[in-house]
Amino acid sequence: MPDFLLLALFGGLGVAAITGPLGAFVVWRRMAYFGDTLAHSALMGVALGFLFSINLNLAVMVCCVLLSILLVALQKQHWVATDTLLGIMAHSALSIGLVAVSLLDHIRIDLMEYLFGDLLAIAPTDLLWVYGGGSVVLILLWRLWNPLLAITINEELARVEGVPVTRVRLLLMLMIAIVIAVAMKLVGILLITSLLIIPAAAARKLSTTPEQMACIASALGMLSVTGGIWASWTFDTPAGPSVVVTSLLVFLILYTLPARRSSS
Amino acid sequence: MPIHPDLVRLEQVSVRFGRQETLKNISLSLHDNCITTLIGPNGAGKTTLVRVVLGLIKPTSGNLWCTPGLKVGYMPQKLQIDKTMPLTVKRFLTLGAQNASAAVLEKTLDQVGAQHLLMHSFHDLSGGETQRVMLARALLRDPKLLVLDEPVQGVDVNGQTELYALITAIREQRKCGILMISHDLHLVMSSTDHVICLNQHVCCSGHPARVSNDPSFIELFGRSQADAFALYNHQHDHCHDTHGEVIIDHPSLSEKEVTTRA
Repeated sequence: MPDFLLLALFGGLGVAAITGPLGAFVVWRRMAYFGDTLAHSALMGVALGFLFSINLNLAVMVCCVLLSILLVALQKQHWVATDTLLGIMAHSALSIGLVAVSLLDHIRIDLMEYLFGDLLAIAPTDLLWVYGGGSVVLILLWRLWNPLLAITINEELARVEGVPVTRVRLLLMLMIAIVIAVAMKLVGILLITSLLIIPAAAARKLSTTPEQMACIASALGMLSVTGGIWASWTFDTPAGPSVVVTSLLVFLILYTLPARRSSS
Repeated sequence: MPIHPDLVRLEQVSVRFGRQETLKNISLSLHDNCITTLIGPNGAGKTTLVRVVLGLIKPTSGNLWCTPGLKVGYMPQKLQIDKTMPLTVKRFLTLGAQNASAAVLEKTLDQVGAQHLLMHSFHDLSGGETQRVMLARALLRDPKLLVLDEPVQGVDVNGQTELYALITAIREQRKCGILMISHDLHLVMSSTDHVICLNQHVCCSGHPARVSNDPSFIELFGRSQADAFALYNHQHDHCHDTHGEVIIDHPSLSEKEVTTRA
């Protein structure tokens, strides 16, 4: 197996491991569109990163965190419905990013690489980001698991029971920002949310507790990554989209199988 | 009337959202071993008041005093848990009380009459079962004050009576203070010690029998609701139909149903 395939596999598996449990929260809390909006803003982060010549991953992370804070603040104003707000921000952020990138005349950026990712062009430093960022997210998830579940079920009840709701919610957004930043190079801005949602949604079919769903989502994500990279290598298809198509197949297979009697 | 120590005291609390004053000058205290019921029309600020007591909203003016270290069990009006979250009753309960042993879980579920539900999916519960499980979660914290926001919502009439009886039994057993919101004035009358009638301000408060005769109460709820109490106070040996006619030989139509429609 060529080295670049091995790197792609390691990178993809690392990303899938964290998108599983985090994706479960995105699904439970109905944050799919929220995640998508943050992902769209990643290109703005890329442009800013080039402009101020700082690390791109860091720039994307900062950009996502700032945007999510802005989003929560605007949401409280109730100017427009939340989905409208998200739609405005997602496409504006993407467009601002595209415009900004085109204005940087001394740099040529391969846009396709950021929009759809290039799993097969992954460098060892990218792996460091994936595993570094991934470890931070996993540790946070492990420490915050119960509070996160509690605020997902009912924020007021959680607050009465002593959960610092605002802090936990901010940390969840930070985790999503980290995942977007480290996964952008691999699957691309436009496809990141699918890795969060599809494996988690597929895992629902097989699980009876939240913990099971998180673990199974990770496993299904890893399966999709492996399958996608294999397909990409075999059929010469783009790697990121192949991973997404594989996860869709897994989802469809699980949902068309007859329901297990014991599942609830 | 025996004097119980205060658990929570509100002194001239007002809450304003923007230009709208939701609560005006509320003073009240909640006691040990005492059931306080909040009643009032929609938009009277009942839930807002409960949220002030819980510390979820800071009053715009006035004081909130709390027994230091007061443990509060809270039962929200309803939970909207996304169906994509697989959740058993057991997992739901352990989220509120992480160190509770299996024996404690079973004992608490037993107390609310839901012992058979431990391994059930939370999404498959009926209205009454959900309320019982939520009550169990509040009780698992061993609270000194139990706050129930419309505890019988989504429960059929027979279930409502049972739930109120259960709440009364919990008070007897645990001697905790209970604050609850209710629409079902007549149903709750027999199981409450203190009624606060709220319409932005406290219209009247006191013993249920006294409140139901208070002119401001009658003004707020109209003659018919006030009459419902009068109807409740006498012993029934017959039933009414929806028009108030006496029905003979119709034992299944219960008294509370009559008063609801009266």
